[in-house]
Amino acid sequence: MIQGVVVMNDQGKPRLVKFYDYQPVERQQELIRSIYGVLCNRAENVSNFIRADSIFGPDTRLVYKTYATLYFVFIFDSSENELAMLDLMQVFVETLDKCFSNVCEVDIVFNFNKVHTILDEIVLGGQVLETSSSEVMKAVEEISKLEKASNSISLVPKSIPGWQTR
Amino acid sequence: MTGPSLMDSLFQRTLEDLIKGLRLHLVHESTFISKSLDEIRREVRSPDLDTKAAAVQKVTYLRSLHGVDDSFAAFPAVELAASPRFRHKQIAYLAASVSFHSATAVLLLLTNQLRKDLNSSNEFEVSLALQCLSVVCNLDLARDLTPEIFTLLSSSKQLIRKKAIATILRVFGEYPDAVRVCFKRLVENVESSDPQTVSAVVSVFCELASREPNSYLPLAPEFYRVLVDSRNNWVLIKVLKIFANLAPLEPRLAKRIIEPIGEHMRRTGAKSLMFECIRTIVTSLSDYDSAVRLAVAKVQEFLVDDDPNLKYLGLQALSIVVPKHSWAVVENKEFVIKSLSDTDPNIKLEALRLVMAMVSEDDLSEICRVLLNYALKSDPEFCNEILGSVLATCSRNVYEIIIDFDWYVSVLGEMTRIPHCQKGEEIESQLIDIGMRVKDVRPELVHVGRDLLIDPALLGNPFLHRVLSAAAWVSGEYVKFSKNPIELMEALLQPRTGLLPSSIRAVYIQSAFKVLTFCLHSYLFAKEAVASSSSCAYDLESGASDSIPEKGCPEGSNLATSEALASSEQNEDFNRSFLCQSVEDNCTENDGDTLVAPGPSSSSASLNKLQFTRGSIINLLDLIKTALGPLAGSHEVEVQERAWNVLGLIKLVEQEIQDTPMQNEGKFVMEELKASEIMKLMHDAFFGELGPVSKSAQERVPIPDGLMLKENLNDLETVCGDVQLPSTCSFSLGKPHFEESSGSLFDFQKKEELEPSSESTSMLAEHRKRHGLYYLPSEIKETTSSDYPPANESKLAISVSVSDDVDYLVKLTEQSLVPKKKSNQTKPRPIVVKLDERDGVRIAANKPESKNDLISGAVREVLLGNEGIPTSSQGKHFDKLSSKTRGKEKIAIVQPLGSTGLLANAGNSELANSSPRRSKHVSHGKEKKPRSPRNNAEGCEERSYRDKKKGDHRHVKNKARQSADGGVNVVAQTPVIPDFLL
Repeated sequence: MIQGVVVMNDQGKPRLVKFYDYQPVERQQELIRSIYGVLCNRAENVSNFIRADSIFGPDTRLVYKTYATLYFVFIFDSSENELAMLDLMQVFVETLDKCFSNVCEVDIVFNFNKVHTILDEIVLGGQVLETSSSEVMKAVEEISKLEKASNSISLVPKSIPGWQTR
Repeated sequence: MTGPSLMDSLFQRTLEDLIKGLRLHLVHESTFISKSLDEIRREVRSPDLDTKAAAVQKVTYLRSLHGVDDSFAAFPAVELAASPRFRHKQIAYLAASVSFHSATAVLLLLTNQLRKDLNSSNEFEVSLALQCLSVVCNLDLARDLTPEIFTLLSSSKQLIRKKAIATILRVFGEYPDAVRVCFKRLVENVESSDPQTVSAVVSVFCELASREPNSYLPLAPEFYRVLVDSRNNWVLIKVLKIFANLAPLEPRLAKRIIEPIGEHMRRTGAKSLMFECIRTIVTSLSDYDSAVRLAVAKVQEFLVDDDPNLKYLGLQALSIVVPKHSWAVVENKEFVIKSLSDTDPNIKLEALRLVMAMVSEDDLSEICRVLLNYALKSDPEFCNEILGSVLATCSRNVYEIIIDFDWYVSVLGEMTRIPHCQKGEEIESQLIDIGMRVKDVRPELVHVGRDLLIDPALLGNPFLHRVLSAAAWVSGEYVKFSKNPIELMEALLQPRTGLLPSSIRAVYIQSAFKVLTFCLHSYLFAKEAVASSSSCAYDLESGASDSIPEKGCPEGSNLATSEALASSEQNEDFNRSFLCQSVEDNCTENDGDTLVAPGPSSSSASLNKLQFTRGSIINLLDLIKTALGPLAGSHEVEVQERAWNVLGLIKLVEQEIQDTPMQNEGKFVMEELKASEIMKLMHDAFFGELGPVSKSAQERVPIPDGLMLKENLNDLETVCGDVQLPSTCSFSLGKPHFEESSGSLFDFQKKEELEPSSESTSMLAEHRKRHGLYYLPSEIKETTSSDYPPANESKLAISVSVSDDVDYLVKLTEQSLVPKKKSNQTKPRPIVVKLDERDGVRIAANKPESKNDLISGAVREVLLGNEGIPTSSQGKHFDKLSSKTRGKEKIAIVQPLGSTGLLANAGNSELANSSPRRSKHVSHGKEKKPRSPRNNAEGCEERSYRDKKKGDHRHVKNKARQSADGGVNVVAQTPVIPDFLL
């Protein structure tokens, strides 16, 4: 199964963290740090797989790919196919791209919930659910419609521009 | 903290505001976060759900990406989940799936909400609940929500159905009894027309089968159909993984799947599927030559690809296949060896593994040479990988691959000098291990040890301290092979040893002690020998008889003989004493030489030993005193104590050695006697054989009659108090003779435990019990040198020239890998002491996880055991099922055992094992009964009835097939596979 999905930037700042087994706060931070520690030492144009036994326990590996300033990392065990995981990552990135039209780091930073929604349509409980980005898009659009419908009931504006800099 | 006010909700920051704030406060991020947390704490208590939602969302964000503790928001999240608004639910379930774990207290409160949402008509609400459940599921949730999941498994909405399937894995894991309810419906989904559904269910089976494949063999026909029919790569990959687990269990299955796998390989353009096919063949179907050939041909396509990922995976596949089909690597050897210098660390590592898998005794030395040269020029990490794998390969199975140990020992020395070497610990243990096991290599070992010790550069590299410690120990222990003990002593005492950690310094001092003992002993006894050779034949003989048993002594000195020798020697000393003057004269002439000076009489045939002059000995003593004097006040107890030991010995003997020429004859005789005796004893103590001891040695000590090791001895303390003597009744059947027993205990240890009397046994047992000690038979006499403490780490560089390159290695392996006749070995392989078969072999007891056990037990029950259940009970309501069928299942457990031969065949032991488990399930079932849902049972009754009929139908068929098959299947525990597949 897939044990986790992590997106972080090239400074090691996590942008999306999803583990399919509960991880205590400290452990999660530590995992992110050690993943970054491994990734930042990789040269360019080398293979995308890393044995992660020391980080996640026996027989785990991770596959990563760099898209602009972001590392996408999938952590998985021997019941997944390495190349298939690369494909899945491609599906995820494609979907993000469709969703935010030319996705960049800031989109992922500011759309915490939406990115989670997208990922949840692709992977559930560590199992691959959907591998077609257009199917995922369909579901995500349905969900956003629902969100909007439920939000429109609320009349009070929730944010006043400029407030946050105070 | 004030309560939430209207102002708070009006001017609340949204998640977006928070993120913007975080980006503005990069420097004071933590203060900003804690300020925000204070706000959030207030906001989550707001009665306004929108405010609460925004707060929960913010805290989830902080938990997920900034590692903030958000336990305070657990309850608000549960409250939020009850909101009718989709947006709120979404936030709440995300929060739950990020921060709840199976022990979160409020999880219980979520149960009803989850149930409600699982029954919702809105598919996205259902999927929110499923997503959450798939992460936070615990036993209670799994048990309470199994009926809902069961319903969803056949939902008409594909989206829901596949999510329910993916969730079920987690539910099974937490609550194995769910298998009984859901399994059939899960299996039916394999035949679904929707590829995503099939993919999900096959993934679940892949997970289950990887944990315990046996139980899923009966499903092989279903999987086979998928394998043949499906064109979806995701599905095929998972099915292949299932078969990779199943095929080794059932040879007929393996034969059957080869054809379709080959078909996929020829057809597919997808590398992922191709690789999965290759992997399945090389892991599970490696007995089928044609398949392996096809796989290796495809691997070659991977190897020549430009994509490093494919290269890496190709090499990985090769390393799986190499143990059985070494030709596969030989065909690709050129590529493999070139890959050693690839830029990709993964590829280099795999190549290294392959190279090491190829070595044989014939080409070991050449391959090692080349690999060490690679190690010299590669980065530290890979360098150590190389060293590590060379060390591991060479030491495998007690060095079975090594013929020339002299060579290997020198390779170990060479490795130490490789600048990036960090394998000190491993080299250390091998040096000592070889020293103890291989007698013939000791001279070379001492030589290598000396080279390491005198190299001042090594002392500065903490990674190598452990090696130095081994070198010091080896030099001390086998100093008799040293060409120049005094040089050794200088190396051991050089000022730079101050750089060593104290524990290793202690080893150095102890080794110096041994070297000193050896020098003094040879000095004193050589003199006698010299004297005797120049005077009378009788003494020559005695000198020889003295020196041979100790110096060449192969079996380890044995107290009894050495005592005898010592006593005979005393007599001889009297004879000799009057000659000593002339010997002294002899020696003083050579005083000028400080280093080893072969004495004038060293030609004496009986002693091939070094001769020490009086002057060299005195210099030696001075050297030691200067070096160790300051250490006598060391704060490290080990160092201090050992230094004192040495200094104490010197004090004992120094006087007489210095004074001898000036003393009158009578006095000299007295002193000489004393010193010789001391040195004799010291020598005996140190230079007995120190052999390896098997880990299981203790087990092989026969337990004497009447020794009850497992008896609880607590009551003893009341009987004998703190003082001594064991009460006879609890230890021995014989009569107690305590006066004698102390004597017999002594015998017991001395005589290698020939006939342990009951008294000695009881004494020994008493002793063991008191001190927690277990003595071994006299194999080990000396334990002083076995303590090698850890070293610290860092680096140092030595420049070594790099010469070889890839081509050389390619050429070399080309020669060496072609199967050739064994070259004539110039040297016969020395004897390597092995203790027993189990030396080095570890017994891995892998007990399957109990949960997995439970799952597979339940699966088996569903797949095989249910046949005994009468059909009439199948259509019952769930709640009734829990009571009625339980009872019937109980009968069913007994039935197949007695009646049908097939089950007895299929799982004799299985049934035996699982019956206690089942009774546990039954009790589970009873617990469950009151909670069983009534409302949904109505709805699913119809469907389940149909399902079960269908299932039944199939099972009847299965049964018929199985009984036909029953005779063939002799292997217990292998569930029967229906015939049409095979």
